[in-house]
Amino acid sequence: MEQLNAVNDFVVRFANVNGTGSASANNMFAKAIFRMGIPVTPKNIFPSNIQGLPTWYEVRISEKGYLGRREGVDLMACVNPQSMAEDVRSVKPGGYFLYDSTKKLHPELVRDDIHYIGVPMTSMVMHHYSDPRQRQLFKNVVYVGALSALLDIEFEVLESIIRDQFQKKEKLIAPNIKALNLGRQYVHDNYEYPLGIRLERRDNVKDSILIDGNTACALGAIYGGATVAAWYPITPSTSVVSAFGKYAHKLRVDPESGKRKFAIVQAEDELAAMGVVIGATWNGARAFTATSGPGVSLMSEFLGLAYFAEIPAVLINVQRGGPSTGMPTRTQQPDILSSAYASHGDTKHILLFPSTPAECFEMTATALDLADRFQTPVLVMSDLDLGMNEHMSPPLKWDDNRAYDRGKVLNAEELEKIEKFGRYLDVDGDGVCYRTIPGTHPTKGSFFTRGTSKDEYARYTENGEAYMRNVDRLIRKWETAKQKVPAPELYQSENRHKYGMAFFGTTTYAALEAMALLRERGVELDALRILSFPFNDTALEFINQHEKVFVIEQNRDAQMRSLLINELEISPRKLIPILNYDGKPIPADTIEQQIIKTFQSESTQDDVHKAQVQAS
Amino acid sequence: MTYIKPRFRHPELPKNKIGYAKADYEGAISTLCAGCGHDSISGAIVQSCYELSIEPHRLAKLSGIGCSSKTPTYFLSNSHGFNTVHGRMPSIATGAYLANRELIYLGVSGDGDSASIGMGQFVHAIRRNVNMVYIVMNNGCYGLTKGQHSATADAGAQSKTGSVNPFPSIDLVGLALELGATFVGRSFSGDKKQLVPLIKAAMSHPGFALLDVISPCVTFNNKPQSTKSYDYVRAHLEATATIDFVPHREEITVSYQPGHSASVELHDGSVIQLHKLAPHWDPTDRSSAVTRLLESKIKGEILTGLLYIDPESQGLHELEETVEVPLNTLQEEHLNPGSALLEDINNSFR
Repeated sequence: MEQLNAVNDFVVRFANVNGTGSASANNMFAKAIFRMGIPVTPKNIFPSNIQGLPTWYEVRISEKGYLGRREGVDLMACVNPQSMAEDVRSVKPGGYFLYDSTKKLHPELVRDDIHYIGVPMTSMVMHHYSDPRQRQLFKNVVYVGALSALLDIEFEVLESIIRDQFQKKEKLIAPNIKALNLGRQYVHDNYEYPLGIRLERRDNVKDSILIDGNTACALGAIYGGATVAAWYPITPSTSVVSAFGKYAHKLRVDPESGKRKFAIVQAEDELAAMGVVIGATWNGARAFTATSGPGVSLMSEFLGLAYFAEIPAVLINVQRGGPSTGMPTRTQQPDILSSAYASHGDTKHILLFPSTPAECFEMTATALDLADRFQTPVLVMSDLDLGMNEHMSPPLKWDDNRAYDRGKVLNAEELEKIEKFGRYLDVDGDGVCYRTIPGTHPTKGSFFTRGTSKDEYARYTENGEAYMRNVDRLIRKWETAKQKVPAPELYQSENRHKYGMAFFGTTTYAALEAMALLRERGVELDALRILSFPFNDTALEFINQHEKVFVIEQNRDAQMRSLLINELEISPRKLIPILNYDGKPIPADTIEQQIIKTFQSESTQDDVHKAQVQAS
Repeated sequence: MTYIKPRFRHPELPKNKIGYAKADYEGAISTLCAGCGHDSISGAIVQSCYELSIEPHRLAKLSGIGCSSKTPTYFLSNSHGFNTVHGRMPSIATGAYLANRELIYLGVSGDGDSASIGMGQFVHAIRRNVNMVYIVMNNGCYGLTKGQHSATADAGAQSKTGSVNPFPSIDLVGLALELGATFVGRSFSGDKKQLVPLIKAAMSHPGFALLDVISPCVTFNNKPQSTKSYDYVRAHLEATATIDFVPHREEITVSYQPGHSASVELHDGSVIQLHKLAPHWDPTDRSSAVTRLLESKIKGEILTGLLYIDPESQGLHELEETVEVPLNTLQEEHLNPGSALLEDINNSFR
């Protein structure tokens, strides 16, 4: 029988039952590979359920450092009888199927083109542990032990992870290591190992960290000086605020008084969460919320108020599959348009698109600066894949000389010198006006904040000219913001090729891998990564300099493409959508195939490209 | 009618303890209908702030949407104001209070703003005991959209167009008592003598203070049959007690006969004095307030005055154990843990 062979380049998938404590064992597996210096990408594929339904954990190992998802399972570790038939089917021919052999495998589940490795996990833990909960938990550790032998994971590395994990519960170290050894020993006694697919230590992760985007966003909010967090629980954003709470309790408690330098409000709904944020920022604190698509819909009214009354607000949008309740535990990038134009009337918002946890950290802190600088909402557009899965990321960095940009806020001394304060007077001509914080000065600087139309002195008016002066100034402010938001990243020193590709957020990993795959086939593309909205001139130039640009994203309606067309007045024919919206992170080969297909079906495309593609 | 308000002030106008004249607490001229109850409440707010010697910039006024929510323009023009969106003022006030615990927060809302679209936020601001005064200018109808019944209109109430409200009314005072509100009072826009000390007491209370103020809508809901009309309210008014508010700086001079009076001392040392107490009612006993309220309702009376106060009330900041200084005064050095600690955090992810 054929067998798959590979060193440091394969996919392992775990099939578990939700709520059985498999997550920590699976994380240990991924982290061990990471600590062996080999790039790794773990992904949770989980149901909207707390206990009982099937859940999967997929680990891609890629020595070359490709961090996107890859289709096809090389090794399946299945400890869930419910999903076993599906799991057997998903293994690539020549691949491996590790299962709990306490119960004999049903003959229908036996394929003749894959390798079966049975380990009687249940009977082993029944024999070695007495506590029912421990039996369930250590079953997971037993299969990690078995895999350590099968794939050549360094045992000392696994031990080091267990020691780190149970620093404060030392009693648990020995039974965990025992469980690892049980699995390892069983393989040693019954199978030839390692398998054709295996690991070898490398030095390819350097100073990287393995962290999820939501934790990184939370740390960005801590470092960026947010003192008020308001939220309503919603998957997949919930862990942003729980991580903020966890770190705030460590890093933001006054050592002398034990009092907190932060406040967290679990609001009654997303409307109130956004209201608390706006109330706090109006009153001079830095504040943020985290939510997902349904929450953005509910917050839209307040986002419009913050836009029009010009109040800072930061919203971390951890996107999930829509519309409506959609696929709450699956990933997508489906809120581009609803976030960019959230709320009625002529409204638009600054968006930032992080693609790594390091950027989640950096962009959350930057969002707090931009919100203050431009007195407007800033939305950090993460997604479930980035937010809830661990990613290999550059380390989080903070320059101790970096000062918060609190924007144009007048203090009492400055107000003293001003004859007449006008909250919406464009003194500097950049569309950004000076604001005051309540309580600053006894007789100067007070004004009435409102969502209605107003003049330069914040007085209610229905005068059409005053209204237009105000909304036209908001566009001036928008133009100023264009120069301040993070510029797009180009992957070539100059644009050389006829075709380009544009992508953003979590699509980046797969897009860059696809670019390499296409290059191997002789198809060369220039690439642009969008980091923010409003789009800056580099994005327009990039599109203008190419005959066609593939816009790669994870939603049905090619929303980023629509936004580019709408905002940069680009001919729709010029932008070709490359889409993936099944709720799983976009894989590189999907992009590659769609681009190739476009080339093949394009009658107008030039012959050189055609020849290249056909030759490959 | 002119919309220009003269700025001239007589130099001999009396001043309060911090040197402000009453006019310094006024706002722009009201654009509400002549005779609107809301304007009387605005006047009571001005009076209260003047008498309490509040520095105008140490108070923030917030409102939702509706006739009532327009009023913050008509008082305290030296205070920051925030006219938010419909029914969402409580969340804005919560955030503002979290950012700066030192200001006085005065929320103004209406029966539509609080009992319908904003019911959720109203309820949760009470639950969190946000330190604010929350005045509902309650007229039982939607004024700005021309007189539809609101959720506080009594069953059988007839609007100007003749439509009869078939639904029972939501009693915000009863609801607040049930929810555990730490300060609950009801008053009438036409009874300044009662309203001013109630507002002053509410401003001194460390927690959420609800004042449900019946405020007749002269244009859409002032027929004598309406339970929110001047005539009806005057005819059915009943009070838990008469109320005096004595700020902590003043000495208490008047004494009343024991048995008919009670006084409640607040955290800041000020005292609420109550006289001619209703039978079987104790201002610090929630169940006696609930009982008294029900009895009045059965009799067709409108019970006003202070209904309940919890002298041990603790605001949201106390419950959240935040630092004593306002969060909005904290700077980088207080908030940012620095790069060295970040490196430790990085290491925990390796």
